[in-house]
Parts: sequence; C-alpha cells; structure tokens
Amino acid sequence: MEFIISKYNYWMYIVLMMIGFYAMIAKRNLVKKLLGLNIFQWAIILFYVSTGVKKGATIPIIEGGHGELVHAVNAAQYLNPLPHVLMLTAIVVGVSTTGVALALIVLIYRRFGTVEEDEILEALK
Amino acid sequence: MMMEHLPAIIIVFPLIMAFLINVAGWWSKKACFYMALLAVTVSFLASLGILNTVLQSGTISYRFGGWEPPWGIEYVIDHLNAFMLVIVSGITLPVVLYSKKSIEQELPKKIPQFYTLFTLLMMGLLGITITGDAFNLYVLLEIASITGYALIGLGDEKAPLASFNYLIIGTIGACFYLLGVGYLYIMTGSLNMADLAQRLPALYSSNAVMAAFAFFMVGIAIKMAFFPLHVWLPDAYSHAPSTVSAYVACTMTKVGAYVMIRIMFTVFEPSFSIQLHPVTTIFGWVAAAAMMYGCILAVAQNDLKRMLCYIIIAEVGYIVMGISAANRMGFTGAVLHILNDAFMMACLFLVVGAIYYKTGAKTIGEYRGLFKKMPFTSMSFAVGALSVVGVPPTCGFFSKWYLVLGTINAEQWVFAAALLASSLLSAIVFFRVLQNMFFAPAASSSHDQGSESHVQEKRHEAPGSMLIPIFVTIAGILLLGVFSGQIIEMIIQYTVPEGF
Repeated sequence: MEFIISKYNYWMYIVLMMIGFYAMIAKRNLVKKLLGLNIFQWAIILFYVSTGVKKGATIPIIEGGHGELVHAVNAAQYLNPLPHVLMLTAIVVGVSTTGVALALIVLIYRRFGTVEEDEILEALK
Repeated sequence: MMMEHLPAIIIVFPLIMAFLINVAGWWSKKACFYMALLAVTVSFLASLGILNTVLQSGTISYRFGGWEPPWGIEYVIDHLNAFMLVIVSGITLPVVLYSKKSIEQELPKKIPQFYTLFTLLMMGLLGITITGDAFNLYVLLEIASITGYALIGLGDEKAPLASFNYLIIGTIGACFYLLGVGYLYIMTGSLNMADLAQRLPALYSSNAVMAAFAFFMVGIAIKMAFFPLHVWLPDAYSHAPSTVSAYVACTMTKVGAYVMIRIMFTVFEPSFSIQLHPVTTIFGWVAAAAMMYGCILAVAQNDLKRMLCYIIIAEVGYIVMGISAANRMGFTGAVLHILNDAFMMACLFLVVGAIYYKTGAKTIGEYRGLFKKMPFTSMSFAVGALSVVGVPPTCGFFSKWYLVLGTINAEQWVFAAALLASSLLSAIVFFRVLQNMFFAPAASSSHDQGSESHVQEKRHEAPGSMLIPIFVTIAGILLLGVFSGQIIEMIIQYTVPEGF
C-alpha cells in the first residue's frame, strides 16, 4: 500500500496510458481514437514531469544569483527543470500530430460523410 | 570554415528552405521545385563533404552553440552516420528530379505544400541519422513521421484513412521510444548517446534499463515496419502519391534500421544486446518469419505497389537478420543491404510510378505487353527485380551473400535456409510480373486480331525527367554491385561494433 501511495503519480501514468491504449484499440470512431492517442501522449508527459519533481524543492532559479549573496548551489534544493523543458518539445510534437490527424479526419469526413470506421470500410467495399 | 559547419548546414539549410518554399509558393509554383532541388543538392554535397572528412580524420563531433556534450546537443558523425547521410540525401536527389512531372499530374494544386513537406521530411531523416542525442532523435523522428503522414494523406481516395491508421500506430511507436529515453534519463541523468553508453554498463542488471531497452526495440520496430508490427505499411505506402511512396519506401524503413543499430550497439553495448539477453536470437527468428511472410503475401498481391510493400517487409527482415547474426559478416551484410535496398526500392517504386503516370496501370494484369510500349522502363524494372531476387552482378546479390555467410558463421542453419527460401519466393513474385511485361501480348490488342501483326505498337515512353532518375538508380544498383568490395573496405568495415 505504501508502495502504491508514495508513487501514485507513476501509477496514474500507467492507468492513463492504458485508458488511451484501450480507446485506440477498441473504439471504432476515428475522433475517439485520436482522443485515446492524446491521452496516451499526455500520460507520458505526466510521467516525465513527475520525474523532475522533488519534495520541498523550489523552482530552479539560484537564490541570490543576481545579488552579492554568492554561495554554493545546493542541487537538492531545486527541481530538475530538464524533463519539463523536454516536455515542452513533446507537447509541440503532440499538438502537431493532433493537427495532422484532425486534418485527415476532415478529409475522411468529406469523402465518406462519416467518421465511423465500420461505415467507412463498408463504403470502401 | 564552411567545412567545419557542414553538420549544421546539412540540417539547417533544408529547414530554412522548407519555409521559403512555402512562401515562394504564393508567387510562383514553378520556383518550388527548383528551390527543393537546391535544398536537396546542398544537403547531398554537404553529406559528401562530411563523408570525406570522416574517412580522412575519423569521427566528427559538432556542438550546437558551443555547449559541452552532456549538456548541449551534440551531432556525432562516425562512419555509419556519414554512410547513412550519403544514402539518404543521395537517394533524395533522383526522387526529387522525378517528382516534377509526377506531382504536376497527381497533385497540380498542392505543389508548394508538397515540396515544403518533402524538404522537411528529408531534413527529419537526415537529422535522425546525424544526431548524437537520444531526445533530439525523438524530435527529428517525429518531424519525419508527421511530414510522412501528411504526404501519404495526399494520395488517392483511401489514402487519408491509411494515413490516419499509420499516424495512430506510428505515434504509439514514437511514444514508446520516448518512454525508453525517459527510463534511461531517470537511471543515468543523461541524454547524450555517448554519455549514456559510458554510464549504462554499471546498471545493466537494473529492471528499468531492461524495460527501457524493450521500449526502444518495440518503438523502433513499429517505425521500421518490422514484422509483426508492419500492419500500417502496405496500406500507407500503396495509397500514397507515387513519388511519396518511392521516397518513404527507400528511406523511412532504412533509417529505422539505422536507429535500431545505434541503440543496440552504441547506446547499449553488444554484450548487453547479445549475451545478457537473448535479443538477437529472438530477432533472428522474427526476422526469418518476416522474410517468409513478406514474400508469401507479395505473391498473393495483384496491385504492383502493394506487392512491393510486402517486399519491403521482407527486406526489413533481411536487415534485422544480418544484425541478429551478431558477427562481422552478418553485420556487414546488414549495413550493405541498407544501402542496396534503398536503391532497389527507389528503382522499383519509381518505375511503377512512371508506368502509372503514362498508362494508369496498377495491377499485374494491366502490365501485359508493356515492354513494347515502354521498353526502357520495363528493362529498368527487370534490373531492379533481379537485384531484389539477388542475381549477380546486381548489388542485391552481394548483400545477400554476406547475410547468408553471416548466418552460416553463426551456425544458424534455419536462418540461412529462410534467406534462400525467401529469395526463391521473391523470384516467383517478380517473374510473374516480368512474364506479363515482356512475353504476354498486350490486353488491348486482342479485339483487332487481324491487323495486330502489321500495326506497330506505338511507344509511350515516360518523359526524360522520369527516365533519368530511374537510370541513375539502375546505375547505382549495378555500380554498387561491382564496387561492393571497395565500399566494404572503405566504410562498412569501420561500422562493425567492437566485439564482433
């Protein structure tokens, strides 16, 4: 129990990822599939962001860095900003993937008049 | 001065050009082609310059903004990278020449958009090969994939759906790769590949590192369409515009194979991928299945492009087979096959595209008697087909030779048998097409039987701007075959990881 609670953010990432995975596999509606994909991607972002967090730490701006107070930097005092920065890039990637996918869905809708996969496959026969 | 910055130019120049092409498209559609051609030519020359430097003075390390490697983004170019860069940019050149006529016919309204995406796709692929940073690789992988989805979506009626399915599966693959990077980052605190390689050996027994390796392998296997994760490929590639299918067919999967080699043997040591876990043994069996599956399904296809798509799945199997043989011969064969396969697939897809351009033929039945109409194109198809089958002196023979030697050295007789069997199957696949092209009478001439003998079949050869790129790939296939020994001696022998 302790194990689950102390790392609940990692458990949540797995749960979210599986929800997204399920939606991509089981749903027949293309928009729902896309939403599943988004949940999947955001779960990974949650995972990355939680790796940078420390208890009792502050934002990574060196205290007194601009003033006269020059002292040794204690790394344990600050959050790790790198995973957060990486995720800014990953969010951009996710948004552009979603954009392309939505454009494709619009194209599909114009051609077949539906976004249900079953009906599209039926129309293609 | 210029030479020093070539690793940056090869990426940044096409990136800037991609945006300029889009802007220029508002004024002149004709300019787009020439701008894309310029971008590709500059990248090709830069990649030749890089290869020359690497051959003379060894590995190059280029630091962006002058930041030291573990913190800043570093571009590392050793023999394998330089080799891949020349393959990718070198194959882009004929494809972009070819695209002019083909795109004017297939996508007359979207010329600027096409060339913007095309240049971005090339930049993404070059970036994947050149980077020495695991996260940077993810970003460039996604640039290449997203432009790929958009380009494939431009194709025929079924293309958007095929592209959407590819998008879903491809993004899952990229996400797995990203998770792998994340696990390694938690364990080591580093993203630089060389730095990771130094820090990882102490952690090889950790479960997280093992999970990271598994995520990497599954993610890359999806991206390179490695059986049984190939399901997206036949739909996506066969419905794309012909230039796009030619380009993605000859580069995407090969770059995926390159990433697999990088992760298995640079980020992780060969001892991890071969001895600590039976990864290579498992991959060997799956690769054998991939070769058989690809060739058998290729026999069953009627649509030419779709048939070639299944051949690609088999070819990916060959490359992985060479990697999984885990000895010098097999690895040489795998790297040589990356090069040869790029040329073979480019040749075949370009020919199929040219035939579609002139006659609209898609299925094998429509190819009957094509030799009389398009003799040069048909001959080119024959050369490409013989190379895939593995007939000397085409290049396909030499890489298969090394692959078979590799499996024999590893004493994996089943794998050697699978290699030979799938070569035989691909012979069946292609001779069926060649028989229709060269020996069967044309389907259309059946209704005027009487006049058939003295009515000369009119030649409808593809335009020069399509034939020349095809001839370039043919020359490539033959020359690479003749000079494969020199290529191995000059470049490939240095790419073999230590301990093989």
